[in-house]
Amino acid sequence: MSELEIIGKSPRRVDARGLMTGAPVYGVDYEMAGMLYAKVLRSPHPHARVIAVETEAALALEGVRSVLWWRSVPQIPHATSGVPHPEPAPYDTCLLNSTVRYVGEPVALVAADSEQLAEKALSLIKVEYEILPAVLEAAEAILPGAPQLHQQVTISEPGLKLIHDPEHNIAAHVDYRFGDITAAFAAADIILERQYETPTMCHCALEPHNSTAYLDAADRLVIVTSTQVPFHVRRQLARALGLPVRRIRVIKPRVGGGFGGKQEMVLEPLVAALALATRRPVRLIMTRAEEFAATRVRHASSVRVRGGVTRDGRLIALEMYALSNTGAYGSHSLTVADAIGKKTMGLYRAQAYHFVADAVYTNRPIAGAFRGYGATQGYFALESFIDELAAELQLDPLDFRRRNHSQRGDYDAMSYKHGPNGFEPGRAFNSFGLPECIEQGQKLIGWYDPRPKDEGPVKRGLGMAICMQGSGVPKMELGGATLKLNDDGSFNLLTGATDIGQGSDTVLSQIAAEVLGVALEDIIITSSDTDLTVMDYGAYASSTTYVTGMGVKLAAEDARRQLLAMAADMCETDPATLSIKQGQILSPHGPTGLSLADIAQETLYGGHRTQIVGKGDWTNPESPPPFYAQFVEVAVDTETGLVQVLRAVNVIDLGKAVHPALASGQVEGSVTMGLGFALTEELLFDANGKPRNPAFVDYKVFSPLDMPQMQTILVEDPEPTGPFGVKSVGEVAINGPAPAIANAIYAATGVRLRKLPFTPSRVLEALEAGVGVRGRRIQD
Amino acid sequence: MIEMNLKVNRERQYWQVAPGETLLEALRRHNYKGPKLVCGTGDCCACTVMLGDKSVCACCLPALKADGQEVLTVEGLADNEQLHPLQAAFADASAAQCGFCTPGFLMRAYAFLNERDNTTLPDELEVRKALAGNICRCTGYVKPVEAVIAAAANWGAGK
Repeated sequence: MSELEIIGKSPRRVDARGLMTGAPVYGVDYEMAGMLYAKVLRSPHPHARVIAVETEAALALEGVRSVLWWRSVPQIPHATSGVPHPEPAPYDTCLLNSTVRYVGEPVALVAADSEQLAEKALSLIKVEYEILPAVLEAAEAILPGAPQLHQQVTISEPGLKLIHDPEHNIAAHVDYRFGDITAAFAAADIILERQYETPTMCHCALEPHNSTAYLDAADRLVIVTSTQVPFHVRRQLARALGLPVRRIRVIKPRVGGGFGGKQEMVLEPLVAALALATRRPVRLIMTRAEEFAATRVRHASSVRVRGGVTRDGRLIALEMYALSNTGAYGSHSLTVADAIGKKTMGLYRAQAYHFVADAVYTNRPIAGAFRGYGATQGYFALESFIDELAAELQLDPLDFRRRNHSQRGDYDAMSYKHGPNGFEPGRAFNSFGLPECIEQGQKLIGWYDPRPKDEGPVKRGLGMAICMQGSGVPKMELGGATLKLNDDGSFNLLTGATDIGQGSDTVLSQIAAEVLGVALEDIIITSSDTDLTVMDYGAYASSTTYVTGMGVKLAAEDARRQLLAMAADMCETDPATLSIKQGQILSPHGPTGLSLADIAQETLYGGHRTQIVGKGDWTNPESPPPFYAQFVEVAVDTETGLVQVLRAVNVIDLGKAVHPALASGQVEGSVTMGLGFALTEELLFDANGKPRNPAFVDYKVFSPLDMPQMQTILVEDPEPTGPFGVKSVGEVAINGPAPAIANAIYAATGVRLRKLPFTPSRVLEALEAGVGVRGRRIQD
Repeated sequence: MIEMNLKVNRERQYWQVAPGETLLEALRRHNYKGPKLVCGTGDCCACTVMLGDKSVCACCLPALKADGQEVLTVEGLADNEQLHPLQAAFADASAAQCGFCTPGFLMRAYAFLNERDNTTLPDELEVRKALAGNICRCTGYVKPVEAVIAAAANWGAGK
């Protein structure tokens, strides 16, 4: 391939101007003539039957146009997780449920002429509840005698999932074996078992969930919505409302961050029901408190790891049990629980693996997708555990990892599936920059440098962790685009891919421009609108650049073929001899004098009338993992328990960076979220299941002043199945900080923390208990 | 409703505002959609605008406090087609991802750079302190901080 002109460079984002000038591009900025404002009445109880809702007083208020509750909306069971049909989740929810299962679940919906009126109407609605016993913790919900949240669902079509064990509130269950685990443990010299806890974490996208619905002139239902998954929302909405897909159009405006929280149908059915009831445009925007308490959260989890090693430091047996709290509904229950082990344990070579997971219903907010998607919980456990094993063996944790991590060409031991040829591997590690990530990281942090002794109460230490993720879900994605030539040689790139801030509009435009031999400015991107663009599964699983990027590359190659055929016809030559550079058609002898604008004129107005349209789509056969090494230096104040991260070195192997600045931005953002996950972020609940800290003042996310000094390095080990060698970049780095910080705290103080987040009170408690105090590693 | 008058982005405005209406609500109601409502409690600064020569959280300020004063929102930074140098610096550094916090960062940084004597460049810590109240969930602050330092290099031209 000739030298790349646009890929690998970091131009301004294609949407930069709008973002810089405050253009009204987000759903919250939409207003329509005659628009109504919606508000949601939410359950104050964690578990209750909604017997009756009195709406008269609210409806009597002038300007209140509609009040809906479960009896006035369709009762069609469905799933809300934004994944392809058939969703691997039980159809356990309706638009509004007659039994509510968490504090904050919608009970009634109001549409009124103003937000203030809608608020007032909420206070006039009377609800009769029959209060049911509730359970908040996954470990309690699986015990005999615990309140049962769901009855078994009815399966209406093939491929849908039952609830694994409704009597014990187990929404989903995973049991995966590779090799003979009993024999492997029997051969081990040392066996260690540890348990790790992760909290309920909130996405905190700055743009709250919001949706606007209206009926257009053809009486179709149009939803303008802040979503990562417009096409999944269209299908699920059709089901929830009992409408045909053809009657629904989903438009994704600019989205102000998602992180998985918008990989889900959340508000769309609520505004749709109100728009259908009033036949007026209806807009619903979450308040920040609703955003925290009643949209989606990360699954809280307990992860028990058991490992067997030989005395000379070889890992031979690895076992994990994950108990995941999916909250009131099954949404991403199976897939996240599955990922806790499946996206993690294969990072290490062992003779045998065993992974079991239960995703459990409780009367807590619904857990959904969240950047890292289970791997984040899994890596906190696994990478803490690996350090504990190294300590047990008195080995350098970095050296222990080098000896035991998987190698280039290995199959991921956790990716095997039973197929026609037996137990078949899913993915191989072809692009494998992990060793280089480790090397670069250890040098930059100074892993082997002599370290001064800390004399005072503040102890410093280094820690590290390694991890991987996927690039889309293998054989389960679909992404693509069309490219249409305009009069002046520019192109409309229409894609269903969903830019939620990560920059896919820019990266996909770069790919199209590179293939077509035009400038970035020649590509005009539209994303996404279910009426206009080809099907795309949306922004999740770190898939867009890898999957849709390939779709766009194919679309551009298709368009280029047509352009060159037309050019060859116009110059009476062989298309195979022609190429495009900077919008000009070149022959082996130099410029032909033909530009793309000339071809556009010829095809749109001249002798060869046709519309040149390139089309491409892609489903990925593999899911190559990006690899990542996280190094941190922490300072632990042993008098206050405060842990401060002083430095973070982030090294990622992403295959190839299409736009290095956006790629490193993905890493920096992931690490920052990971720092919050490690140190400050936890949604707390009172005994009744009501969130205690649904505000930024009490739920602490990292601010500019909390940040460590940060260095991000991109390692490029090209992936043969990715467009231009790319793998993914969006999620993997969030997995690094929590275990690296736990390991650094151990190195600094000899105390091992196994429950996130590491708040000062937890750290002090552990220091006072003197858990496992040892000499410090580095300076010894 | 109460009458007030003010200048927004150098244009005279006569507004009718409700008692208790915040400056952010009033601005957004009058189609200044740049400043964003994120927390409503002054904890994230996505609603930052200039009131006179100070940056304020418009979500916590009664609109009437702006009576007779000048407000500058992110919409007023650019000179028609020409991005303000601060906006250009953010764009060049890829300092915006989802962009929802960007108006707040830009206006807070604008106030910060106006307040300081820019004969020397601010260091990273000084910029982080200045932006301490602004929350971004996407970028990890590395590139926004770089952008502010880059913009400081030829401030004055951009004022």
